[in-house]
Amino acid sequence: MIVPLSHFLFVSALLMVIGVFGIFMNRKNIIIIMMSIELILLAANLNFVAFSGALHDMVGQVFTMFVLTVAAAEAAIGLAILVIYFRNRGSIEVEDVTLMKG
Amino acid sequence: MFTLIAVFAPLLGAVLAGIARPFIAKTLSIAASIALMVVSAIAGVAALVAYIQGDAPVPPLHIATWVSVGSFTPDWSLRQDMLTFVMVAMVSTVSMLIHVYSAGYMAHDKTVPRFFAYLSLFTFAMLMLVTANNLLQLFFGWEGVGLVSYLLIGYWYEKPTANAAAIKAFIVNRVGDLGFAVGIALTYFIFHSISFDDIFAAIRTHAGDSYSLFGTTFPALEVAAILLFIGAMGKSAQLFLHTWLADAMEGPTPVSALIHAATMVAAGVFMIVRMSPLINAAPVAMEVITIIGASTALFAGTIGCVQNDIKRIIAYSTCSQLGYMFLAAGLGAYPVAMFHLINHAFFKALLFLAAGSVIPAMSDEQDVRLMGGLFKKLPITWAAMLFGALALAGIPPFSGYYSKDGILDAAYGAGTSVGMYGWVCGVITAALTAFYIFRLFLLTFHGTSRAPKHVQDHLHESPWVMLVPLILLAAGALLSGVLLKADFIGDGFAGFWGASIAVPEASIMTNLEHPAFIAEIAPLLASALGIATAILFYVIAPALPAKLSQNFGPVYRFVLNKWYFDELYDAILVRPTLKIAKFAWHRGDEQLIDGVPTLLTSATAGASAQTVKLQTGSIALYAFIMLAGLLVFLSLFLWVR
Repeated sequence: MIVPLSHFLFVSALLMVIGVFGIFMNRKNIIIIMMSIELILLAANLNFVAFSGALHDMVGQVFTMFVLTVAAAEAAIGLAILVIYFRNRGSIEVEDVTLMKG
Repeated sequence: MFTLIAVFAPLLGAVLAGIARPFIAKTLSIAASIALMVVSAIAGVAALVAYIQGDAPVPPLHIATWVSVGSFTPDWSLRQDMLTFVMVAMVSTVSMLIHVYSAGYMAHDKTVPRFFAYLSLFTFAMLMLVTANNLLQLFFGWEGVGLVSYLLIGYWYEKPTANAAAIKAFIVNRVGDLGFAVGIALTYFIFHSISFDDIFAAIRTHAGDSYSLFGTTFPALEVAAILLFIGAMGKSAQLFLHTWLADAMEGPTPVSALIHAATMVAAGVFMIVRMSPLINAAPVAMEVITIIGASTALFAGTIGCVQNDIKRIIAYSTCSQLGYMFLAAGLGAYPVAMFHLINHAFFKALLFLAAGSVIPAMSDEQDVRLMGGLFKKLPITWAAMLFGALALAGIPPFSGYYSKDGILDAAYGAGTSVGMYGWVCGVITAALTAFYIFRLFLLTFHGTSRAPKHVQDHLHESPWVMLVPLILLAAGALLSGVLLKADFIGDGFAGFWGASIAVPEASIMTNLEHPAFIAEIAPLLASALGIATAILFYVIAPALPAKLSQNFGPVYRFVLNKWYFDELYDAILVRPTLKIAKFAWHRGDEQLIDGVPTLLTSATAGASAQTVKLQTGSIALYAFIMLAGLLVFLSLFLWVR
């Protein structure tokens, strides 16, 4: 049974929307924001892989590998910043992170 | 070479006493200034003697190129002719004596080197002025003299009156200088050169020139001559621009002597004599010069009669004597004007320095009504003042007699109505002059002392460093007339002055040899009458002057208040100017020029204070705005496509 392309795109869009809402609906934890960003990236990856399969083009899958690498690096740096930030400020609640307020 | 030393030694002295002061000892800087002035005086006299003995024309001494723009190439150079040499010798000698005198007079002052730096710089500026070979260098010296006179009059800058007097002198001089500057520009416009030789050589070809302004045509040379004369009026304190002169008495007394005798005020007369070929080509301007000169002589003479400040009386006599000089210059009798200028330099320096010897002795009292009876305590000063007074009053054989007589003879001999006006004014002034100077002399030195007790106890003759210059100047006041008469205005005057002075017609000078009887006797009688009146008023019947001033109250007050010139100028010039300045300050400067940028900055600050509220710092809000923006752009993209 061959899963049609539209199913992949539907799942991908669903992941993307969950990710986006995860970013701005949540008021508590910055880690959740980072997880949501991962979800958005995964949605993009899924699109790449789906089109790669449908169009018989390997470039999409290669690109996915790059995105995964960048996402790993981004998560590492983001978590590191969070750890330092928590040490300095004692809180990583989204609403407390307002140092840039004008 | 002598000229070069004479001119630049005072500059070196000024530099040593002024700029180099922090690096050398105080006494050394003063000594250097005086020593260099002595060098200058010796070189100045040596230059004159060498020139007289050499009797070959000497070319101007070129020092450096100043400006070189197209055909406009004024140079720094020293003109070397008889007029220059006479002035250099006189200026350096009198200035040297005043330097020596100041060493004693200013001994108790706190900043003496500064004073000597100014004195030397002043002398240098005057020497640059008299040695100028073109109008621009003359203007340089002219402005230099004006600047240093400001510094010297305001030397005691803690005194508000001294500051006000300094500013007044500077501003009134600027009025005259404007005329002078425009005159120089017009001269360049006419002759395409401001070098004296070029101008004098081209006078004949330009005699009929005219120029148009505002649709009216003027004879160009007349206008140029009158503009130059306006400059001279400012510097030489002639009627309408005389108000600064008496206030300039706020400076130390040696300054008054320097400004009023050898330098500064003589500059105007010198400039007119120097420009004599140009002035001769402007007969109307000459009449103006004569009338202004004669009127000033009379006007200042009347004021001198009622002033009570010892220095102010002498100051107004300066104003009056300068009027005589312009009277002579306007008639074309330039050698007589120069003769009076030189004589005046000696006896006026003498009078001022004698007054400067009286004032410290009187514990800085300057009011002649509070003096009296100084004869016994200050015998040498008494003798010096007597010599000066006799010279000023024009009593033979003192110098003032010869030159004043020459001027009045020239006025009488001119045979014109203007000349006659000058003669009448001159004779009346001679009587007034003799009266006021002997009034000063008698009130100061004779009678009983009217000074307070503690002042009388401190009466003392001045130190020798002040008395020696007095004695030398007294000798000058006695002898300069007799010695110089033959050369300056005698038969050989043309040979003596050479090409440096252009007398319009020889008759004006030859008339001096054979004056009419009345012209000969009237000035002398007038002087004698003036002295006799002074003796009557202040020795024989001391109650008379007070009674007279009561009976003629309005006239007395009119003259005492200097014909209300200061009040008039205050009302029509000073106060409106202040009003305009205040308007420009409050409305223009504070409200417009300061207001616009202030408004802009406050508007910017307000706008940014509003904008900054957009930056909430809430990540969730930013994220939402990003999403909303993304949606908007995506929909736009899809819709437009």
